[in-house]
Parts: sequence; structure tokens; C-alpha cells
Amino acid sequence: MRLHLEKRPQPSRRWTDLSPLLAVVITMLAGGALFALLGKNPVEAISTIFWEPLFGEFAFYYRPQLLIKGAPLILIAIGLSLGFRAGVWNIGAEGQYIVGALSGAGVALAFYPLDAWVVFPLMIMAGALGGWAWGMIPALLKLRFGTNEILVSLMLVYVAEQLLAAMALGPMKNPDGMGFPGSRNLQEYPAAHNADLIAASGLHWGVVAATVAVILAYILLGRHVLGYQIRLSGEAPRAARFAGVNPGRLILFCLGASGALAGLAGMFEISGPAGQVSIDFNVGYGFTAIIVAFLGRLHPVGIALAGLLMALTYIGGEIAQGNLGLPAAAIQMFQGMLLFFLLAVDVLTNYRLRLAPRPETA
Amino acid sequence: MDLGSINPILLLASIMAASTPILLAAIGELVVERAGVLNLGVEGMMITGAICGFAVAVGTGSPATGFVAGAAGGAVLSLLFALLTQVALANHVASGLALTLFGLGLSALLGQGYVGVKPPPTARLDIPVLGDIPVLGPILFSHDLMVYVALALVAVVWAMLKYSRAGLILRAVGENHDAAHALGYKVVRVRVLAIAFGGACAGLGGAYLSLVRVPQWTEGMTAGAGWIALALVVFASWKAGRVLLGAWLFGGVSVLQLNLQAAGVAIPVEYLSMSPYLITIVVLVIMSADKSRAPASLGRIFHASQ
Amino acid sequence: MTDALLTISGLTKTYPGVKANDDVSFDIVPGEVHALLGENGAGKSTLVKMIYGLVKPDSGHMTLRGAPYAPSEPRAARAAGVAMVFQHFSLFDALSVSENIALGMETPPPMRDLARRIREVSETYGLPLDPHRAVGDLSAGERQRVEIVRCLLQDPRLLIMDEPTSVLTPQEVDILFQTLRKLTSEGVAILYISHKLEEIRTLCDRATILRHGRNVGTCIPAETSARDMAQIMVGASFDAPARAPRDGTGEVMLDISGLSVASPSPFGTALKNVHLTVARGEILGIGGVAGNGQDELLAALSGELRSAPGAIRLKGQAIGRLSPAARRDMGLLTAPEERLGHAAAPNMSLTENALLTGAQRRGLLARGFIRWPATRAFAEQIIDRFDVRTPGPETAARALSGGNLQKFVIGREVLQDPEVLIVNQPTWGVDAAAAAAIRQAILDLAAGGAAILCISQDLDELLEISDRFGALNEGRLSDIRPTAELSLDQIGLMMGGAHDMEVAHG
Repeated sequence: MRLHLEKRPQPSRRWTDLSPLLAVVITMLAGGALFALLGKNPVEAISTIFWEPLFGEFAFYYRPQLLIKGAPLILIAIGLSLGFRAGVWNIGAEGQYIVGALSGAGVALAFYPLDAWVVFPLMIMAGALGGWAWGMIPALLKLRFGTNEILVSLMLVYVAEQLLAAMALGPMKNPDGMGFPGSRNLQEYPAAHNADLIAASGLHWGVVAATVAVILAYILLGRHVLGYQIRLSGEAPRAARFAGVNPGRLILFCLGASGALAGLAGMFEISGPAGQVSIDFNVGYGFTAIIVAFLGRLHPVGIALAGLLMALTYIGGEIAQGNLGLPAAAIQMFQGMLLFFLLAVDVLTNYRLRLAPRPETA
Repeated sequence: MDLGSINPILLLASIMAASTPILLAAIGELVVERAGVLNLGVEGMMITGAICGFAVAVGTGSPATGFVAGAAGGAVLSLLFALLTQVALANHVASGLALTLFGLGLSALLGQGYVGVKPPPTARLDIPVLGDIPVLGPILFSHDLMVYVALALVAVVWAMLKYSRAGLILRAVGENHDAAHALGYKVVRVRVLAIAFGGACAGLGGAYLSLVRVPQWTEGMTAGAGWIALALVVFASWKAGRVLLGAWLFGGVSVLQLNLQAAGVAIPVEYLSMSPYLITIVVLVIMSADKSRAPASLGRIFHASQ
Repeated sequence: MTDALLTISGLTKTYPGVKANDDVSFDIVPGEVHALLGENGAGKSTLVKMIYGLVKPDSGHMTLRGAPYAPSEPRAARAAGVAMVFQHFSLFDALSVSENIALGMETPPPMRDLARRIREVSETYGLPLDPHRAVGDLSAGERQRVEIVRCLLQDPRLLIMDEPTSVLTPQEVDILFQTLRKLTSEGVAILYISHKLEEIRTLCDRATILRHGRNVGTCIPAETSARDMAQIMVGASFDAPARAPRDGTGEVMLDISGLSVASPSPFGTALKNVHLTVARGEILGIGGVAGNGQDELLAALSGELRSAPGAIRLKGQAIGRLSPAARRDMGLLTAPEERLGHAAAPNMSLTENALLTGAQRRGLLARGFIRWPATRAFAEQIIDRFDVRTPGPETAARALSGGNLQKFVIGREVLQDPEVLIVNQPTWGVDAAAAAAIRQAILDLAAGGAAILCISQDLDELLEISDRFGALNEGRLSDIRPTAELSLDQIGLMMGGAHDMEVAHG
């Protein structure tokens, strides 16, 4: 007998829903083994990561963190999922996130110390616009020259990181900062501060934006013809052209939308939790969001859940770092593993495993 | 500012060395792509090779063993990608990204104890007579062995693809995997071997970074070199000879900007550091016109149904 | 009778849900052309794949020249003297002729010697080929020559040919038959797979007929009428489609003049100065060997390829630059050849696929939002009216059989009341019952006043349904003539005759 894969007549609904859960379980097992290898108690490590933040002694502190870390992940992943569905691979969300943050912060710093309600809305617009513009570079190059958007959007991440450093050390440096790198702290500039809407709840404007993005994406993909065209283009590009979809316009929309959402995420982060333009402002949300998008099956509701789960591993990882001395890199690897196992388990959506008798060779 | 401090001979000599890591990674990826597989995990394999090579070289005191370990590390990681794409039939793009994210995490974990450690030095081959030729000597004949290994690898890959039966089968699999299967070639086996070769090359390139170029270990030290290697393959239109040209171009840009930084040009360092990435984009734009050379089955999933 | 070269006894192969071959037995003797006849899906391909070592039988066995024969892979089959010319899937466009041939050999000689041997063999058998050209630049007939030469270089005892004439003009078919007869005179046996009855009667010594995976009869084709063979093959008889009498003086609906467009694919064929008109109530048939611009013509008409505005006129209006959606609004509908991936999205449900072209004309959108209940009703209507066998409208398109999906695709366009309908290969790879239903639907539509352009490589089909006929050859369209006045010879010449092969068998 041997195992072989047999193509299903149509994708299995059950496995579409089940495979992320299975992947999470396998990742916990493999992660536990990894932690055991590092000399930690695997059960304790896993429960520290997944249980402590939600129900532990200091849950009152960690639960708001879930929203703070989850919101940018969800916001970015929603944008990415639109493109991934259409076969447009924006891998440079990290760059769009940085440029969005820089644009938003730039507006705030330009208005400083003007105390007017209009500052924050302008920052939002600038953040979205900045991310959008950064996303339009690979889109326009792809459209005009057929350049690969994966490579261009990724190169622009490194460019954006250098731009961030240049800004933090140059034009945006705090004039009252006694020469230290980094901008003014926007948390101390009320008109620009993205404060919690309910004190200490973690519920800031970014969370609102992420919720709205999830709802809009849900309607777009399920009910609107544009969402249909996005799905059609990803499933069968030739059929999409036959149906009358303009592939160029779709590339512009997907990269523009995901850029704008990443830019928004960056702007909400820099005006809230992060507070200032500094060299180490970005922590890889743009890349982790790729995992979130896939883990959520490129489905808005799935992404919301996956974003919260991934936020949990960030927070739990920090706790495990403090309490158990688990290295930060182990958490990063843990997240990478999750995507790995998901892709591996995913095969069961379109194929089924069969035990077949070894064919006889007469 | 002191542009006079830039010595053109040393500049050219260091381009040879600076281009070696991306040259190695790119020639490996070229073979992978000619077999019809798009592995976007080069960055992850490079950095895994960098730490494996570094750790083993420090542990054994032998850089040569380190290079072997780097290649092995990259190859082992690439087999995970092979498992995903060739056995579990996962999407190439997503799997490659997963490999990069995983490799970055893995290397950071492995490298914890090695920050700030100095690796054993890799000896330069002081080729007698040739190395003493003025101008050409220092540029061409006074490097470490790996520089020449990389060049030899390019020549071997070029010759294999053009003249050998194995190369013909590899190209056939990349052009049309259904036809290759119908003729009885083992598509999956060929591709897994190509992926492992690509992984070993990327690992070797990474080890060269951590053992010779930098030489030390820092997290995320490849800083996009793997992605530039991927761009190089496009730049080269999937031709081995042109990979060499591209690697020298990118090596040249990065060495030049480092020299300009050192010379204290009045441009902020950050803008100079952007230049290799911006040049990559510009070159991609120029080369994208020539699309016809991409292997026809590139990135398509193969499942021998019946 | 001479001793059998290959004996097949009791071969059975089961795929999930289908018995592809069920206890098939027959034998092939040296020097004969043995036909394997059957409808699409009758199990012919599975059977030859087992003979060629691509598929392993579940049970049964074969003997070759008296010895047990169970090839584990094509390499083993080739070593035993069995060679195969594929219908598609076995050439590499970007590689040269000699590289392609080397790939099909076990121990190819060095390239220079190989090129010389290719020239020798191609001259001996009248199959001219340049070893250094890229295969992607060759015509369909030339590509087939590459496959045949590849086989001949290995001195096969048994040559399997899978639907070899579907890519040839009638003149080229004659030349191919001469080559095959020369081979059989040297003792080579040929297993000839086809569903074209007339050519089997001309060429083959014996025929084995498959239906639903079973051997349902053996006959001597020369002594059996085509009608009888069809009866055995299909298991039932079908009425020829009924056509209502039409008068040919309708108003011109579609007018193409001076249409030239480049092909979007690297090895495609550009259209060169194409002129034609189709009138209300008329069916214009466009024949030609595959790869002579058929896909490009369909794409130019559907709107996937844009052309000069005035090159295509619909009811007098220039539409060359309009999008597919705009053309649909105006009443021009199309059904491409490739069902999965072009006419339909494989992983999407039939409901979603109904929306693919039906959105505008069936009013399935309200301010950009999809009216799912109406869309579902439209899908159900197609399924119902065109007898599409499927569990329901939520089934994925790829789960349907070729014939059922084709009925869905044609039905989707027909039910939108097209004023002009363009179809490409409407019955390709479809079983006889479905093909008859599709042809009838096209005829009914024409009778109702629509103008129809039918592109097909099936000459019998075009002769049966079209009023006028033209052929595409290297992107150029021949003169268009009334079908009733045409002879097979004339049609062959319109399709491009025998290209460069006239002298081959001088």
C-alpha cells in the first residue's frame, strides 16, 4: 500500500475551514518540541503564549494589547488579501506602512504646535495617501513595463527603511531633543495623538479602521462585482479577461488599496502606540500580515481572527521572553512555522489522501 | 569630502568579492527557475546558510568546513520548500515567502550566541606570479578561493545547461512539465534536485557574507541580498553568463556607495544605502521588456494526474 | 495470420468513479495498421498509456513478441520497440527540433550527428524538417513531423499514433498515409487512434472499437460501412441535426474588413487582413488547421484583443476598440474553445460562472452589487434547458465532464439571446450526444435570426451546419464560398494544401 494524492472534483469546504485550525494545532506541537529543545518546559511555554495574555494574572493589561497589536496586522492583511486573491503579490506592505507613518507624522510635525481638530483627519488622509503612493510604484511599473511587483515592492521596503532612518536623523528630528535621534513624541501633541477612545482599553482609531476594513472587504468580496472580478482574476486570469475585467485597473486597485491600508496602519501606529519617528519604528507587521492573510484564508472574517491570534503570539511571546527567558527569535520562528504548516495542510482542500494498493507489475 | 581616497584598483578588486554572495545565490536560483520552480525563499536560505556556516566555522576553526555547512544548511531548508511545492503542491509564491520568514526566524534563533564573535579568517590565495602583475594582479588574482569557486560554478552551470543531457532534461522540465512527464522524465525528482542545488548555492552565498564579506554575525544581515539575487535572474533573462554581468553591476554599485560613504560625500548615508535597491528596480524595469525567455512552466504546479 | 506482435489480454484500469478500461483484449500483428476506435471518454487514451508505460493496469497482462511485457515507464516501452506520437503535450516550444528529438531518445548521439540523422530519416520518409529551428515556430503539421521523426529514429516495432490527422489538411493527411504505408511495408505495426471513420476505412487493416472502456467489437474497416462502425462506437444512432430552410438574404450583422492584429502569445499567429461578413440567420463556418489564427480571431471578436475601430463592425457600428462587456451589451456574444480557464473558471461554482458573461444582458447587477438569487436562477435555467448533468448550480465548473461543461458554456450564451454568436470548437472533446445537442442549439439560434460564426477544426461539423465556408491559414482567411458547392479537395486547398510537402513523395 502507498499514499497518494488524488485531486478532488471540487475544493472541500470542510477542509477550507478546518486546515487553519489543524495548522495551529500542529504548530503548537512542533513549537512545543522546539521550546523543549531550548530547555524550556513546552507545556508551560505554550500556555504562557496562548493562555497568560487572555486569562492570566495580568490579563487586564494584556487584553488591550491584543487590540493594539492586532489592529495593524488586520488592517494590512485585509489589503494584502485583496491582491493575493487577484494574483497580485504585494510583498512590500512593510514599506507602505513606513511611508504611511512618515506621511502622517510629517503632517503632524508640520502643524506642531497648532491645536486644531483638523490635524488628525489630515494625518489620516496623509497616511493613506503615502501608503497608496508607495504601493502605486510597483503597480505603475508593472502596468507600464511588466515589471515583477514582488521584487519591486520588496526593494521599496529597504528604500523605505533608509528613508525612515534619514527622516529620524534629519528633517523630522526633534529640535528640542538635545541631539538624540527621533522626532517629537506625538503622544504629547494632543491634536495629533491617536489616543485610546476609552481609556486603557486599547481601542484607538486604528482598531475602528480595522473593523471597518473587515466589514467593507466582506461586502466587497461577497456582494460586489469588483470583488467578483478580483476573485475571478486570481482563479482564472484568462477567463477574467474574457469576462471583460481590465487587468490593469485591477492591479492599480489592489496595490493601491493594500498600500493605503498599510499606510493607515502605519499612521495609526506612529501617532499612537509608537508615538515618534525613530529608526526602529517598524517591527515587521508588514511581513507578519502576510501570514495573517493566509492563515485567515484570505477571507475578511478569517483575517480578523488570524490577526488576533497572531497578536496573541506577539504578546505571549513577550511574556515568555520575560518569564521563561524564551528568545524573541523563537517566537519569530514559531510564526514562520505556522505559515509552513498551513500551506502543507492546505493540500487537503484540493486533494484527498488515498491509500492505494501498489500497482502490480506482472 | 575626499574622492581621491578611493583607489580604483582596490575598488575593482572589492567588486569581485562584493558580487560573490549574490552571484552564488543567483546562479543557484537560475537553475531552480530553469527547472520551472519559482523559489522566493532565497533570502531565507541565504541567511540560514550565513549562520550555519558562521557557527560551524567558529566551532571548528575551519572556514572551509563552515562553507560546507552553509551550503548544507541552505540545502536542508530548501528541501522544506520542495516538500511544500512538490509533494504538498502548495503555491510557489506563498511557500517561498514562508521559507524566507521561517529562515529569518531560524537564523536569529541559531545565531543568539554568536553576536560579536569573530570568525576564523578565510585565507586569500596568493597566486604566485599572476598576483604580482600590476593592476590586474590585485583585481583578478588575489582573492580567496570562494570567489573562484563562484566563477567556476557559473561556467559549469552554463556548460551544463547548454551542452549536457542533464541540462537538456532540466530545461525540458521547466519548459513543459506535462510533455516531460509524457516522455517518462521524473519531473518531481528533477525539480527537487534543482531546488536543493539552489538552496546549497544560496547557503554558500550567505556563508560568504558572514565569513568573508562582513565578517561577523548580525540578525538579518543579508539585508535583501537574496531578493536582489532573484532580481538578477530576471535581469539575466535566465542566462548563466548574464548573471555574472549583473552580479558585477550590483557588486559595483554597493562597493561604490560604501566608498562614497567612506569618502564623506555630502549626501546623507541613508540615501547612498538606498542606491543598490533603487538600481535593482531600475534594472528590472529595463529588463522586463524581454519576457519571452522565462521558462514556460515557471511557478506552475505539477500533478501527474493519470 | 502471422504471430502477434503485441497481445493485450484482460487489461482493466479503474479511476475513482470510472472504469476507464474494463477487460480489454486484442492483438496487433506486424505490418498492419490497427485502428483503435471510440468516442471521447471511451478509454482509448488510458489504453495506449498502459501500452506506453505511463499508466499501470490494475489487472490483465500484455505480451510483446511472445515475451511478457509490462513497461514500468515510457523508457522501458521505448527500449522494447514501442514508440508513440502524441496528440498534444509532448513538444517543447522553446527548444530546437533536434533537442526535442534528443529528449525522446534513450541514448541520443552527439547533436551534430543527430542533426544529420534527422535529415536522413526525414528525407527517406518524406517529412522535411530543419533540425535547428525552434519547435514553437513550426506549423502544426511540422510539429507532428518532429514527433514522428523522433519515433522513427529509434526503429520502433510498434508505432502508436493518437488522433494524428486532427492537425492536418486533407492533402497532408494523404502524405501522412503514404509515410505510414511505407512503414508497414517494412514490418512496423501501427496502432492508430481516431474517431474519424472515413480515414480509418481508407487506412486501417483492422479496427478494435471501444465503448465505455470495453471492447465492443472488432471489424475489417474496408468491409464495414461507416454507419455500422458509428453504431457500434456510439451504441445508439443519432439523428442528423434538423435545420429549418433559410433564405440567405438577411441583413449583414457582423462585418469584418481588413482586420489585422498581432498575437498576444509568443508562438501565436497574427491575423492578416481578414475580411468577412455574417448575415442574420446565417452560419458562417471557419475551418483550418489548429494554430492558424483561430484563437486570435475569437479574441479579436470577443474584445480580449483590440483592433482598429473600423475593422470590426456590428450592425454598422465600429466596435474594434470596445471592451468585451460593451460588445455583449450590443448583442455580440462569444464562446471560446478552452472551457476550463477561459470560458469558465474551474474552481468557481456554476452560479458564479453564469455571472461571468451574463452580468449585463441578464441584469444580474444592481449598482455594482450582485443579485445572487437572480444569478442562481439563470444558472438553473441553463442547467435545465441544456440538460447539464450536475448535482446543482453550486458545483464547481471543474467537476463537470467536458460535454456537460460545454453545454453549460454554449447554453449560457444562447440563453442571452445573442444577435451575433461566435463559437470556437463548439463540440471539441464532447461525446456524440452532447455534440448533437450543441449543434442543434446553434442551428435553432440561426433559425431564430441570429448571425453565427462557427470556428472549428472538425470539417464534418462545418459541412453539416454552415451555409458558407472559409478557412484560416497562417492568419489569412481564404475566399468564402457556399458550403454546398465545395469538394473536399477544394476545402483542403483553402486550408493551405500540403504546405511545403508537395514534393516530398514526388
